[in-house]
Amino acid sequence: MLLNQFLILGAVLFCIGVYGVLARKNAVMVLMSIELMLNAVNINMVAFGFQHEVVSGQVFALFIIAVAAAEVGVGLAIVLLLYRNQTSIDVEDFDLMKG
Amino acid sequence: MVAQNIAFGIISGIVVFSALRMVTTRNIVHSALFLVAVLAGLSGQYVLLAAEFVATTQVLVYIGAVMVLFLFGIMLTKAPIGKSMEMTGTQWPIAAGVALMLGAVILYSLIDQFGSDRLTEGGKIYRTADVGDEVFSTYIIPFEAISVLLLAALIGAIVLARKD
Repeated sequence: MLLNQFLILGAVLFCIGVYGVLARKNAVMVLMSIELMLNAVNINMVAFGFQHEVVSGQVFALFIIAVAAAEVGVGLAIVLLLYRNQTSIDVEDFDLMKG
Repeated sequence: MVAQNIAFGIISGIVVFSALRMVTTRNIVHSALFLVAVLAGLSGQYVLLAAEFVATTQVLVYIGAVMVLFLFGIMLTKAPIGKSMEMTGTQWPIAAGVALMLGAVILYSLIDQFGSDRLTEGGKIYRTADVGDEVFSTYIIPFEAISVLLLAALIGAIVLARKD
């Protein structure tokens, strides 16, 4: 197996995640796309760890999973709060700071 | 190695297809379920890379916990269940252009840098016990920090979402 197989898979997933973050209107969808990007990074971590025969790659991947879990908890709470205040989770409706 | 390459090909095909459908489908619940397919496929890729504990954690934390949280988020925000034309904003061509250009840059640099580097065969395989040893020796301080972070996120989420 080539190292690049995994790195290119990660890059493709990351770009799909970027598209999702930029193009989607629903705030929950934006959070889901961010999860996709974090996963794309994780696969790079594990692949490099395997390549260099160090365990740190897996440890970093685990830390990223933990941070992603914390992020999605707080993120969804914020989305819920936005929905309660504006009765909408369309990211285009949140333009209070637009000049 | 041939069997692993075939497994890699099949799983990546499923993962990339599901990811594309996830960001393009008009039904938000389908989108969440496609994300489950992506996460499960990536768990398979971790097994191919001999990272058993990461694969297990991926299934437990992402598919088990995070996806349930997302489905609750979808329900509580009363997003239109079923087809909705309004899922993608009008700026999607720009977003696609940005993503394509980013992808081109990353792919170019990856191929330029790593070309045909092969994965180490017959190298040391780190099992769950080795990962545990490393976390609780070298990375003990980051581990404690992340414990506090999770606690803070838990309390923060409750404070934010609770009705006064």
